[in-house]
Amino acid sequence: MATTADTFQAHTEDHGHHDADHKPAFFARWFMSTNHKDIGTLYLIFAICAGIIGGFISGIMRMELADPGIQYLGYWVSLMGGEASFDANLHMWNVLITAHGLIMVFFMVMPAMIGGFGNWFVPLMIGAPDMAFPRMNNISFWLTVAGFTSLMFSTFVPGGTGMGAGIGWTAYAPLSTTGSTGPAVDFAIFSLHLAGAASIMGAINFITTIFNMRAPGMTLHKMPLFVWSVLVTAFLLLLALPVLAAAITMLLTDRNFGTTFFDPAGGGDPVLYQHLFWFFGHPEVYIMILPGFGMISQIVATFSRKPVFGYLGMAYAMVAIGLVGFVVWAHHMYTTGLDVNTKMYFTAATMVIAVPTGVKIFSWIATMWGGSIEFKSPLVWSMGFIFLFTVGGVTGVVLANGGVDDVLHDTYYVVAHFHYVLSMGAVFSLFAGFYYWFPKMSGKMHSEFLAHLHFWVFFIGVNIIFFPQHFLGMDGMPRRIPDYPEAFAYWNNISSYGYYIMAGSMGIFFVNLAYAFIAGKKAGDNPWGEGATTLEWTLSSPPPYHQFETLPVIEDHHDYHDHRPVTA
Amino acid sequence: MMNSSAINNKNNRVGLIAFLGALAMLGMGYAAVPLYQLFCQVTGFGGTTQRASAEEASLAERAAASAGGKQISIRFDGNIASDVPWTFKPELATDTIRIGVRDIAFYTARNNSNVPITGTATFNVEPEQTGKYFNKIQCFCFTEQTLQPGEEVRMPVLYFVDPAILADENAKDVEQITLSYTFHKAIDPAS
Repeated sequence: MATTADTFQAHTEDHGHHDADHKPAFFARWFMSTNHKDIGTLYLIFAICAGIIGGFISGIMRMELADPGIQYLGYWVSLMGGEASFDANLHMWNVLITAHGLIMVFFMVMPAMIGGFGNWFVPLMIGAPDMAFPRMNNISFWLTVAGFTSLMFSTFVPGGTGMGAGIGWTAYAPLSTTGSTGPAVDFAIFSLHLAGAASIMGAINFITTIFNMRAPGMTLHKMPLFVWSVLVTAFLLLLALPVLAAAITMLLTDRNFGTTFFDPAGGGDPVLYQHLFWFFGHPEVYIMILPGFGMISQIVATFSRKPVFGYLGMAYAMVAIGLVGFVVWAHHMYTTGLDVNTKMYFTAATMVIAVPTGVKIFSWIATMWGGSIEFKSPLVWSMGFIFLFTVGGVTGVVLANGGVDDVLHDTYYVVAHFHYVLSMGAVFSLFAGFYYWFPKMSGKMHSEFLAHLHFWVFFIGVNIIFFPQHFLGMDGMPRRIPDYPEAFAYWNNISSYGYYIMAGSMGIFFVNLAYAFIAGKKAGDNPWGEGATTLEWTLSSPPPYHQFETLPVIEDHHDYHDHRPVTA
Repeated sequence: MMNSSAINNKNNRVGLIAFLGALAMLGMGYAAVPLYQLFCQVTGFGGTTQRASAEEASLAERAAASAGGKQISIRFDGNIASDVPWTFKPELATDTIRIGVRDIAFYTARNNSNVPITGTATFNVEPEQTGKYFNKIQCFCFTEQTLQPGEEVRMPVLYFVDPAILADENAKDVEQITLSYTFHKAIDPAS
């Protein structure tokens, strides 16, 4: 690919540089942006801001949970302008868990993975000048912002027992219908509508871009795995999010217009909401992790200086995960009274997902095996991902058992499980991707020392938070409660200390960012050496405002699965 | 290489197909509502009971006679939604019947308020896998019930347990079926 790139670089420098780097003025550039890189940057900034808010909320929760009894909730109730009482405090707790879940899922992980890295690097990696529908890309971003604003606004209006929507990220009826009067829940639902519409438009954009705008010679089977991961994710978004939209629209009409989709009094069934929600919700968890899989594949290959092991297996494992992900939803509903045969099916189908996931884990390890490994920060984060995601995967297989889940359902074991795959899986891959691509995006080198330090402190912190939660869950501590018996105090206390360590590591991250922008060395076109073979490394850092005006040609010997190291 | 209007057309086509896909899934989300109801009625999913005619009941009774007259206990449960000011309870807490044989049970309902109230009862059975074998021939839950202020009525349910339950691996060991009703305020279709 380097040959192609040199030609291309020569082209821009000779004729195209002036035009390619012409940028609009500040307001037009950032508020009316149609440039995929600028929109990607906006998404990343947005995701970081949302992540700070969502992370701060988890801090409030860990503080409260550090000791039995209710210590701080009353303070937050009064701060929000309410009157602290037992009910108001518990409602505040529900608002916090709802906000934390929705923010982290819809306004942190998804915007960062798909909106941020997807927008930035899908066009670069397939050799396209931009996304297929640049204006729709702009709408997607600003709808996401509007959705977030709506969710934040919901906190300041009545939601039944107190201010805010206290319905959990799942918004189960009847709590979200007759159980929560007041406009807060309507605003929360509206926020999901906006974020959902934004993501569907983003998905259409990615599908069209990837199908139609690949550079000559870039066949589907030569696409970098990150592009594959975004393609599969886009299909999941396209097929799953409209079902959520339908379900929450039914909630909205049940709440406001007298329909009875989920109200038994009128012949509805609240369990139907759960089926609809999880038909979306299970693909959603793969939406959050698949782009991470893609990034890890790029990074592991780069720093092992080897093409990824089993390229086709890796690509189709993601396709398989996406497909099977649509037929396992009821494993979130084992305790709703499914009969034995139904449970048996969902147990078996769920466990099947461990097979393609295992293919991916082993292929990453096989990629590293015998590679000339450089332990740069992105690889260290990736290895952290592989290890911790596997831990979360193993507890996932435990929970997949219908019989075992009867005991563990809605306990902290489940909380520990999904935080291992998300706040360690997804977030580790986000940081891996961030350190991998930050020099490309900004043109500045971050401090590798701080990135490593960030990794170790974060690694220790999150494990101290979440590993003890397995013990709490197996001892029967239910999730979604602010108070608990004395018996759970020990591990809860330790878990809360873990939060402070994790929060400290975020300080290191921001110091590193500041360092990079103030004193960071200038990044070359390809700071990671010959292992970085994808097209984005053939461009300058940061890439020109408009790239690939002459499309790069991908030649045959760059084939991913011929296992030959790529040389210049 | 394609010129830019050709690629725009191609993009619009793929974009439109993807959009229609999303729209179809939205439709599927709504189609799930009647489909789920149908699914529950057909399979007895979620403990949905069945409706039978008198002829079917006689047929079941003859089948039961050859099945040897195994007995099963039925527990009755009556609830009211929080906004219904009624007293509603079964006359018998439990009853033991022979499988396949018709039996009648009574619930009493009393309107404790001083306005007439129309209620409608939702129902299911536990364990849920017995739903498809629990047949009602007549039930107060088939129609809306209006109670005048202070009025008390006895409400009958005529039912039988299908002998086919004895052939179902997952249901044949069930010793007691709980039949549960909850009265809600009838939703006036005019409002």
